[in-house]
Amino acid sequence: MYRYVIKRLLLMIPVVLGVSFVIFSILAMVPGDPASMILGAGVTQEEVDQLNHELGYDRPFLVRYFSYLYDAIFHFDFGTSYATRQEVFPEVMAKAPISFAIAMNAIIFAGVVGIPIGVLSAVKQYSLLDTIPTFIALFLAAAPAFWVGMLLMILFSLKLGWLPTGGVETWKGYVLPMLALGLMYAAQQLRFTRSSMLETIRQDYIRTARAKGAAERTVIWKHAMKNALMPVITIIGVNFGGLLGGAIVTETLFSIPGLGTYIVNGIKQKDVPVVMAGTMCLAVMFAGIMLCVDLLYAFVDPRIKAKYSGRRG
Amino acid sequence: MSDVLLQVRDLSVIYKTDLETVHAVNGISFSLERGKTLGLVGETGAGKTTTALTLMRLLPERIGIVEQGEIEFEGQELLALPENEMREIRGEKIAMIFQDPMTSLNPVLTVGEQIGEALSLHNFSKKSKEEIEARVDEVLTLVGIPAGRKKDYPHQFSGGMKQRVVIAMALACEPDLLIADEPTTALDVTIQAQVLLMMRDLRDRLGTSMIMITHDLGVVAQTCDTVAVMYAGEIIEQGTLLDIFKGERHHPYTTGLFGSIPSLRGHSKRLSPIAGLMPDPTNLPDGCRFWPRCPHCTERCKTEHPGTYVDGTHQVCCHLFTEGGSK
Repeated sequence: MYRYVIKRLLLMIPVVLGVSFVIFSILAMVPGDPASMILGAGVTQEEVDQLNHELGYDRPFLVRYFSYLYDAIFHFDFGTSYATRQEVFPEVMAKAPISFAIAMNAIIFAGVVGIPIGVLSAVKQYSLLDTIPTFIALFLAAAPAFWVGMLLMILFSLKLGWLPTGGVETWKGYVLPMLALGLMYAAQQLRFTRSSMLETIRQDYIRTARAKGAAERTVIWKHAMKNALMPVITIIGVNFGGLLGGAIVTETLFSIPGLGTYIVNGIKQKDVPVVMAGTMCLAVMFAGIMLCVDLLYAFVDPRIKAKYSGRRG
Repeated sequence: MSDVLLQVRDLSVIYKTDLETVHAVNGISFSLERGKTLGLVGETGAGKTTTALTLMRLLPERIGIVEQGEIEFEGQELLALPENEMREIRGEKIAMIFQDPMTSLNPVLTVGEQIGEALSLHNFSKKSKEEIEARVDEVLTLVGIPAGRKKDYPHQFSGGMKQRVVIAMALACEPDLLIADEPTTALDVTIQAQVLLMMRDLRDRLGTSMIMITHDLGVVAQTCDTVAVMYAGEIIEQGTLLDIFKGERHHPYTTGLFGSIPSLRGHSKRLSPIAGLMPDPTNLPDGCRFWPRCPHCTERCKTEHPGTYVDGTHQVCCHLFTEGGSK
């Protein structure tokens, strides 16, 4: 098991290197150069060239990439933003926890709400306890997060005045983004849990458990739950990845200084160090989450655990 | 002395969906004495498993409906019991061995946990954890699995071993009635023989009554005391093992079943299988259910349902032997 974890952690190195190369190449291929983006219209070509030279952007692509990599690996220097001339690393380190916290909150909320209701609606299939949650879930899964966010803002911030409309200075600021994002993912997890549970409770071993005289509650929570959770864990992992980088609209709506907004602004200004540091931070977090998901599989399913530890299975 | 453990009277079960109604079991009656084994024989789809699930009251919810009939088990009417009392009977007094050992065990629980669960669910004598564990070891040894393997998961066992675990699970509480639903069909022949031998041995030692569901007449000959042959949801012939295997008069379907087995001694060059297929259970034929495939079919068979011809312990449901078509 430990060997597996160490192997996976080592595998993250080529993944992050690969991500860095791809992002760097894409940024280089996009037309335009940082100096003209920063200086805007109405400057001479000399001034643009001058600034590009200062930024080191006039060197060939591969030279730029490897010198970036060299600085990053050996001096732990991720460069300074082209636009603001501020060091990138502390910026990213300040923003990453905020994005992580929002994604984590939303996922936990989605799981806590979506999974039990999904189980309930599978167990009570075709009853009102099934149809009502499923209908609401369909509605929420189709509703864009920013729209739900705006409705929540109107209700809780403007009408009731309980929560701030934006910012994350206090914990209260996290509540609305968590709901706006979490509701959508809760809906998804509800539907996944429901269909997975429906499939599981039709399995032979569930009938075996009933034949032993187990009560319905034992059958569901002891025999079916672990088996039904497998696909749900997968979708949680994928959702988390989406939430980390893709919550830009929500970040903008609630004026949260998160990684998503930071990277998008970087892309607009062709601010290579900003985009690179931001995406690599996302890649590391995502790979970490995926490792956790895989370890969770092993925790739930002994067949997978046997595979990881290389015992006979 | 006849000590009747289970008495089934005129039991009918349907599966009702929005699209169709499947008449799975149509008015069957049989009884089983303590310590005896009844063989329930018939083709796939004859209603054998449905009968077993009805006895356990494990028919699929909403779809499986008992239309009529009585199931009397140890003097109790099972169909009238509330669910929580039925739960106490399941596993404790009536246990079931399911068809497919590959899928009948929960992949995420150890076999020890799964066997122990049956014990702790019916723990009336307040056994301690250690006592339950000791009993798990005991039943595992009984079915020929080293007790040390109870911490293993089902995927670490072979098919034959899994079936042994399933049997151990069913036997853990020493049930009065054991329903074995084709316990050997998923196993290869050598393991089949071992498992059958083991089951017969256990039955003799524990005095359990058994219902052996199978389509294999060889299995019937090895294990059963009485036999009921099912066709299209009806018992068309029943009697003692001797009645069925050596009796003079048989339902044409039973004759056909025996004709479908290759014989090592006879000189017949070809097998004589029964022509045609089982009738569609959503649309059963009038009269005798077997007439479309019967070599002795008469006009009367097509319209009138046959009565039962009784000769001692032997009952045949066919116009060939009944006078005037009534009992």
